[in-house]
Amino acid sequence: MDDLLREFVTETNESLDVVDVELVRFEQDPNNAKILDNIFRLVHTIKGTCGFLSLPRLEALAHAAETLMGKFRDGWPATHDAVTLVLATIDRIKEILESLERGEGEPEGADNDLIAQLERMVESSGPQHAIGTLTPQVLERPLRPGENSLDELERAFRETPVDPPTPKPAKPAPADSPTKDDDSGKGAGQSIRVAVDTLEHLMTMVSELVLTRNQLLEIVRCHDDSEFKTPLQRLSNVTAELQEGVMKTRMQPIGNAWQKFPRIVRDLSNELGKQIDLEMQGAETELDRQVLDLIKDPLTHMVRNSADHGLETPQERAAAGKPSHGSIRLSAYHEGGYVIIQIADDGRGLDTARIKAKAVSQGLVSDAEIEKLSEAQIHKFIFAPGFSTAAKITSVSGRGVGMDVVRNNIDQIGGTIDVKSIAGVGLSFTIKIPLTLAIIAALIVEAGGNRYAIPQLSVVELVRARSGSEHRIERIKDTTVLRLRDKLLPLARLSDLLGGQSTGDVESGFIVVTQVGSQTFGIVVDAVFHTEEIVVKPMSSKLRHIAMFSGNTILGDGSVIMIIDPNGASQALGSTITSQMAAAETVHPAATTEQSTSLLVFRAGSSQLKAVPLSLITRLEEIDVRKIELSNDRHMLQYRGQLMPLISMDKAVIVKGEGAQPLLVFSDGSRSMALVVDEIVDIVEDRLDIQVASENAGVLGSAIIKGQATEIIDVGHFLPLAFEDWFRSKEQPAQRRTRSVLLIDDSPFFRNMLTPVLQAAGYEVTVTGSAQEALAILNDGRAFDVAITDIEMPDMDGFEFAEAVRADGRIAELPIIALSSLVSAEAVERGRRVGFHDYVAKFDRQGLIAALKEQTDVGRAA
Amino acid sequence: MSTENTGQSLKEYVTAMIGGQLFGLPILRVQDVFIPERLTQVPLAPPEIAGVLNLRGRIVTLIDMGGRLGLGSRDGAAPLMAIGVESRGESYGLLVDSVGEVLKLDDNAREPNPINLDPRLARVSTGIYRLEGQLLMGVDVDRILDIGVKAIAA
Repeated sequence: MDDLLREFVTETNESLDVVDVELVRFEQDPNNAKILDNIFRLVHTIKGTCGFLSLPRLEALAHAAETLMGKFRDGWPATHDAVTLVLATIDRIKEILESLERGEGEPEGADNDLIAQLERMVESSGPQHAIGTLTPQVLERPLRPGENSLDELERAFRETPVDPPTPKPAKPAPADSPTKDDDSGKGAGQSIRVAVDTLEHLMTMVSELVLTRNQLLEIVRCHDDSEFKTPLQRLSNVTAELQEGVMKTRMQPIGNAWQKFPRIVRDLSNELGKQIDLEMQGAETELDRQVLDLIKDPLTHMVRNSADHGLETPQERAAAGKPSHGSIRLSAYHEGGYVIIQIADDGRGLDTARIKAKAVSQGLVSDAEIEKLSEAQIHKFIFAPGFSTAAKITSVSGRGVGMDVVRNNIDQIGGTIDVKSIAGVGLSFTIKIPLTLAIIAALIVEAGGNRYAIPQLSVVELVRARSGSEHRIERIKDTTVLRLRDKLLPLARLSDLLGGQSTGDVESGFIVVTQVGSQTFGIVVDAVFHTEEIVVKPMSSKLRHIAMFSGNTILGDGSVIMIIDPNGASQALGSTITSQMAAAETVHPAATTEQSTSLLVFRAGSSQLKAVPLSLITRLEEIDVRKIELSNDRHMLQYRGQLMPLISMDKAVIVKGEGAQPLLVFSDGSRSMALVVDEIVDIVEDRLDIQVASENAGVLGSAIIKGQATEIIDVGHFLPLAFEDWFRSKEQPAQRRTRSVLLIDDSPFFRNMLTPVLQAAGYEVTVTGSAQEALAILNDGRAFDVAITDIEMPDMDGFEFAEAVRADGRIAELPIIALSSLVSAEAVERGRRVGFHDYVAKFDRQGLIAALKEQTDVGRAA
Repeated sequence: MSTENTGQSLKEYVTAMIGGQLFGLPILRVQDVFIPERLTQVPLAPPEIAGVLNLRGRIVTLIDMGGRLGLGSRDGAAPLMAIGVESRGESYGLLVDSVGEVLKLDDNAREPNPINLDPRLARVSTGIYRLEGQLLMGVDVDRILDIGVKAIAA
């Protein structure tokens, strides 16, 4: 592509962006001749240049669009359809430009469709104009001799044949700013176009200059009476100013990223039948070019989201007593080294209930846990991978790639995003991003004899831990943790994370308390030097795969050091420490290959630890014992407007005489019961592996939980103690035919837990402990309405079982529901392939019952 | 490409000693020759990467040629010389024991690799020249820099 053409493409792209914005403005403000002139001139320039560069397709399109706009200028009303058509033409021009940019030349094809439409529009809008804008003009005095009436003048003017547009002498694209006539435009000749490479090179050279200056300063510092001192001082100042100046050249107003929004919003409001006002504040706020590029797409995505999901239709708005026009407000401002960008709409806000349901069904959090989360915490789930709150997928958004992508992009540039939503009032996102990626504040530390930089943004505090001080380092087997105020932080030596040998004692080092997302951990380093503004340089492609580093930089003394990526450190840490901390982390999908289960550990009746799967518990309560009442020889509690029976684990557990009584509340539908315990010890995440089965009613068996023998409680035993008909009543109509279920699970715990649940739901349950056994039962000719199988089982797993069933002609139609703690997209996909009808997370009782109902109903219908 | 100036039969090589063997790098690929100073080691990097350093404001990745070609890693011994090359906009320094003179060699005198050549050498070699008293191996810079994927997988 020759230079002239490249120049043309760049120039035209910019002009078209302006035309986009201006046209939308013009449509709203059709009497502003200035805007129209500006548009007209830009399109005209494009047309002229195309002719010069012999680009016939572009020229024809531009010409047709110009003709229509010429009519606007003659006073024809800018109808909605006409503007839409011109915008469509501009899109076509952009497509052709893209192909030119790729060096492919003008693509084959014709634009007769658009041109014909444009021409038709030109012809058809003729009569409208006479009605639309020509108002009889009255002169408020008699005509003087020689004067013509205004109407006559007008007629004469209009009847004079207009010269065909003279071919404009072809000229290269003008160098001045295309917006010079615009009210807000900057003066012409104030800016020139410079290749980005040139600026990048300048930046590099300035960094080099800064380094050299620093070296000189270092030398002069050693010689007190050096005659170099004064000139060096001057050099130093000039260098600092130069650096600042060059940094400025990289800055661009954020408005550049917003430029396309008016057009996008206009198109969306058409498509969605909504009325949307777009307000933009602080478009002049500047930030680094590189950062700007990276947030462009996330911002676009969020504006689309607001328009599509956030704002209601005019009818809905009217019903809610809101103005029919919805508004989307974008604002940007600087705040101490950061740029804050807000995107707010006055729509319906986030649907908390739907997010909850989705989070639970995706296995991000259990039923019990979500009850404990605040609304704001629940809203944060929209950033989880693959999470889309849109109930229906529209062409605009809701394809499942949503806010998680936005969050990723923002994470990448070291920014943060926060969401605030008030139901019915609106939704606002606040994004905080660093002004520039090129220069960041970093803490310089030493580990294993090398220095490293840790980005200041993720450093929370520095702690020096000594055995005597309040911040103690403790050990859980080989894992070291820091007791910091009321929290336990996992610790790792930086040199260990970097694959070096463990040198020295953890206690001799400094602890850099680092936060990444919701995770906080301590990095132990040998020494901490100072904070420094460092110029981030990209890593060599041979080193880019190392997750621990995000880049490298040159320090003031000229040496190169690596920049630690806190994300990478957190991942590396996760693989070296045990999951002690993971349980404390609120919401992380269990990504471990071993099935781990959240367990509530408590004491009741004896010092022996007892545990129950957390997901079975609806709520943990501590209530004043004075509220406990005795009725019919049973302890009762007025709880949420109902009488809730309190059940003791065994006779040794006595309801306390005074103070607060801890309770585990279990609910099912509208009923609740509470288990009285002495003390709630902890919530832990561990593999549930019942090693010794129990003879005692109410205890499933014993398991080792976090190194301690713990009794696992059989909740199913206690529920009927509260309500005898707990498992029987339900909503099961008696006349309903009992459906039979084959349950396959190698874990006795789950078999024991699920059997009563399924029976309660009105199913006849046959239980087996392995897939082979199940196949044998099926081969015996016993018929089942549905099979429920675990995935992870020894010998033959759930996938293989499903394959075997599908391969057997007699039973191939049996619906199979997979039950797994391993709910990943791949597993679900594999499940679909082998023929699972449904995929339910373990512990999701409601989900399982719903899936069962669906499958057996389908079976009946078929 | 290794065969710049295909029209001419004379090619110029910058010669370098690595582990007692003489190598020749096409002069058109050589940016400069420098003495590496203040080398920063990169933990977790492939073993062929000796480290990074600052060369006039650019961060240069240093390749340990001895280790790369199987001629014995320097293992911490003071690097003597580095030959600066560029590939895809990135700067690399090839660590060698010493840099010799620039030789003009007739392309027609180049002989194919002996079939029993160490595969690590054979992969980067463009052919052997018989000089007086010793042999010179022409090397392809791009193939030397083609580490990464294999090294990472290992």
